[in-house]
Amino acid sequence: MNARAAANAAVTARFKPGDAVTVRRAYPPGHIRTPWYIRGHSGTVVHALGPFPNPEELAYNRPGLPAQPLYRVRFRQGAVWPDYAGNPADTLDIEIYQHWLEAESDAAR
Amino acid sequence: MTDSHPHDHHDHAHPHRHPPRPDTDDTLGHFQIMEIAVRELLIGKGIITPAEIQRAIEAMDARGEALGAKIVARAWTDPAFKTRLIADGTEAVRDFGVDMGTTRLFVVENTPTVHNMVVCTLCSCYPRMVLGLPPDWYKSRNYRRRAVREPRAVLTEFGIVIPDGVVIRVHDSTADMRYLVLPQRPAGTDDWSAERLAKLINRDAMIGVALARQP
Repeated sequence: MNARAAANAAVTARFKPGDAVTVRRAYPPGHIRTPWYIRGHSGTVVHALGPFPNPEELAYNRPGLPAQPLYRVRFRQGAVWPDYAGNPADTLDIEIYQHWLEAESDAAR
Repeated sequence: MTDSHPHDHHDHAHPHRHPPRPDTDDTLGHFQIMEIAVRELLIGKGIITPAEIQRAIEAMDARGEALGAKIVARAWTDPAFKTRLIADGTEAVRDFGVDMGTTRLFVVENTPTVHNMVVCTLCSCYPRMVLGLPPDWYKSRNYRRRAVREPRAVLTEFGIVIPDGVVIRVHDSTADMRYLVLPQRPAGTDDWSAERLAKLINRDAMIGVALARQP
């Protein structure tokens, strides 16, 4: 799968830098690239990286299409770890595929 | 290789040593046996040759921190290159003959107000194409667990204290990007050549657990 073919078979990007997003709180089996510790947390999209074949499919030797938009999402350390001791502005920057993200307003309870 | 002396090329003091992980070469695990079986099948069926495997191993072993150091030194001395490197690292490192393969290089710059460090909590994703093989500690559960949870404590154990006012960004390398930290250029090196600057840059500074050496 080259980048051009992946782009042609990609899901439409829903988010752009600056958007507030929440990581889905889901625990499916399989090859998941969304770290457990960040599920359910909210952050801000800082980079839209373009479409990439879905690793959850690639892991089973399937083509990974449609490709999923990938984002770098920035989380405040203090929001992820309530007892975080460092600078309140410290961040975790994590790559997350679009199907793991919800707009923060969608996710608000 | 780096098992027993992961930091013996450093010239700064470390308050601790990472204990080496025990050798496990007395028994083969499931995936080691699987690798040998698949490799022997591929060779037996004439799909790859032992010489090709040897060449791939040699190519991986030939990549190391010296390549990353050259890239950083050029960014320090060539503002146009630095701009390209940060905008699209994958494309910029082609100048050095580096092909990132299916991954992309994402360069994060340390400044007086931001310090970046890299971890892969899920496994051991690492910018091998520019830094070679990762050190054992990078793959350890302790580093992976603690780097995202208490980065300042981890950095202190590596021998650097980041002032409270400096923001630490931890990059969890979970997907298709591979991260290279562009360290701050040491003061007093204004008239230095890229070749001379490269000697101040070590692997750990490009992972973000050390600073460039002071001249």
